[in-house]
Amino acid sequence: MQPANLLILTLALVVIAYGLGYARSRSLAMPLGGIRHLKSLPFYYGARAALWCGIPALLVLALWAAFQGKVIQMLVIGSLPVDMIPDSEGAASLLLSKISNVASGALPPGFVDAPIAQAAERLQELRSQSRLYMTALVIAVAVLAGFLGWLRIRPRLNARAQVESILKWIFFSCAALAILTTVGIIFSVAFETFRFFQKISFIDFIFGSQWSPQTALRADQVAAEGAFGMIPLFTGTLLISFIAMLVAVPVGLLSAIYLSEYANKRVRSIVKPMLEMLAGIPTVVYGFFAALTVAPFISDLAASVGIDASSQSALAAGGVMGIMIIPFVSSLSDDVINAVPQTLRDGSLALGATQSETMKKVIFPAALPGIMGGVLLAVSRAIGETMIVVMAAGLAANLTANPLETVTTVTVQIVTLLTGDQEFDSAKTLAAFALGAMLFLATLLLNVIALKIVRKYREQYD
Amino acid sequence: MSTLNTAVAQEMDKSDEAELPAGESRPAETVIEEGATVGAPYADDPKFKLRDVEVFYGEDRAIKNISLDIARNEVIAFIGPSGCGKSTFLRCLNRMNDSIDICRVKGSLQLDDQDLYDPKRDVVELRARVGMVFQKPNPFPKSIYDNVAYGPRIHGLANRKSDLDDIVESSLRKAGLWEEVKDRLDATATGMSGGQQQRLCIARAIAVSPEVVLMDEPCSALDPIATAKVEELIAELSESYTIVIVTHSMQQAARVSHRTAYFHLGHLVEVNDTNKVFTSPEHELTESYITGRFG
Repeated sequence: MQPANLLILTLALVVIAYGLGYARSRSLAMPLGGIRHLKSLPFYYGARAALWCGIPALLVLALWAAFQGKVIQMLVIGSLPVDMIPDSEGAASLLLSKISNVASGALPPGFVDAPIAQAAERLQELRSQSRLYMTALVIAVAVLAGFLGWLRIRPRLNARAQVESILKWIFFSCAALAILTTVGIIFSVAFETFRFFQKISFIDFIFGSQWSPQTALRADQVAAEGAFGMIPLFTGTLLISFIAMLVAVPVGLLSAIYLSEYANKRVRSIVKPMLEMLAGIPTVVYGFFAALTVAPFISDLAASVGIDASSQSALAAGGVMGIMIIPFVSSLSDDVINAVPQTLRDGSLALGATQSETMKKVIFPAALPGIMGGVLLAVSRAIGETMIVVMAAGLAANLTANPLETVTTVTVQIVTLLTGDQEFDSAKTLAAFALGAMLFLATLLLNVIALKIVRKYREQYD
Repeated sequence: MSTLNTAVAQEMDKSDEAELPAGESRPAETVIEEGATVGAPYADDPKFKLRDVEVFYGEDRAIKNISLDIARNEVIAFIGPSGCGKSTFLRCLNRMNDSIDICRVKGSLQLDDQDLYDPKRDVVELRARVGMVFQKPNPFPKSIYDNVAYGPRIHGLANRKSDLDDIVESSLRKAGLWEEVKDRLDATATGMSGGQQQRLCIARAIAVSPEVVLMDEPCSALDPIATAKVEELIAELSESYTIVIVTHSMQQAARVSHRTAYFHLGHLVEVNDTNKVFTSPEHELTESYITGRFG
């Protein structure tokens, strides 16, 4: 049976276990004079039986599915004649893919050596055996454990406490999963970054002001040495993010203030969804809007006043990105401003403050921690944004603070480094991981600072 | 709320009829006659002169044709069952109802013979003259000093830092809070106890030297000791300010006010000297309320 079908079958067994557990607890309760004489409600007995049935079976299923591929491969390789056993990992994986191609019928058996054809047959055989054993084992575990769980139902059994504690562990493991994934990503990035720094010096990477990652693919190839200085990329990122925030923060914040304090219900009900629609536009659409409309407009405008501007510019990308980010700032700020208690507004208005004075001196300071949260979310969105920059700001890594020139960002370079035909252990591809690690550190730092600021204001205003 | 009150009122009407001798029973609707307030609603040279005031929330008529004078430097208490309109009426006096979209005010409301609801009237100036203290203490999330200095700052009452310091100190002294907070003026106001917060709100209101202070159930969120302090404060403030206080506590009205106005279902039923209201009320609804038969 396929693992997916087996999963469905197991879930069906779980449902049956629930029903049986529920029924048994009720039938035990009836002679005692009703379910009030049970320690827990019938639901909990059912849930307990279901958990007994499901958890061990699913664990067995998961472990089997995780390890069967590896075990079968080892068995297949082991069954090959001695002279064909591969000596390196790369050769082994090549051979295995050949064998599995034969097994799946993609490669006719006549095209390969006899041992390989035999190995393919063996692979087939092992796979079907494994599937059979797995099915039998999982069903056996589910039925047995479910039966045990069902059998042990007693009126005095505190099923509720047991179900609660199992649920607690299930919730915990979900939370742990998210954290473990993050840790895994960090480790894989850190590992590749470490490999990158074995090829390129750390100092050159951090302080280098040249970025041209063209390296020779072969020893005899004529190519540039390759310069991996991250400074131009980070200044590009900062420049574009700064321009984006320059657009998004004032416009977003002021529109949030208008919506929450000044606009009447009707205007609000129309304007707010429309503003939020900006967040729903795909970034690629913003990208070609920036590249085809805004960037030429900016360069024409600059030319008309006699300034030299590139046809792709940081200003175009940053400006359009800012528009994209407006709803992040405005929507979150609006929520936070609305959450400030009406009594504070009344208190200020009753002292003869105008609406804008009330806003400036009472509402805004009280809402500031939340607004900071929204702004920082927008900043990390701006730093991570790629598509608009690829299309509107270009790929040339210029070290410049002039928003009319073409620049590039960290994320754009990660994309260009990893697309196309690449050797996966060259400095060029590994540089992408190093850049990713730096970007991660930068946003982490940003978050830490943000938390500090928010906490400081919280102490002051709570 | 209003249905509850209607039900209570009807029940009360029935019991009234039962007490009346046969043949003298009146129809229920004449119990409250619109605009016919018994007692002494008018005063000579009043601070507020309010005539035929009506307040609508959308289609609902929350205040029904009320006329009342509020004299200078008097403490007048508004009492009545929940939902009777006393807070709504109070909030007309400094136009705090303006911020409610569906609220409309009709009639003539004058402060020192000037129309409150004149379209050309500056609300900011009005609210500087008519301060307000709310039901729940609402200090700003700022320091104690900044809370009191808030009003003087926005109205430009102090030219120098030392002037502002003086205003803050004298306001806190008047509010009876100075001794408790003089060493921690920079501490945040939200860290104070509820009673201190409410006295801070009073200090904040009087820091702009208003002529009138409106108080909307200022003690309903306070414990008895804090309530006693606030009441003491009201007695002291009544020497220099006109005070209008809405309260649910009849004892409080009896203790602090000179005159008492009894509201019922949007009507102003009776206005009289506080002593008279609590000893020999003229209207049977007032009597029922103060003797605790409903409310």
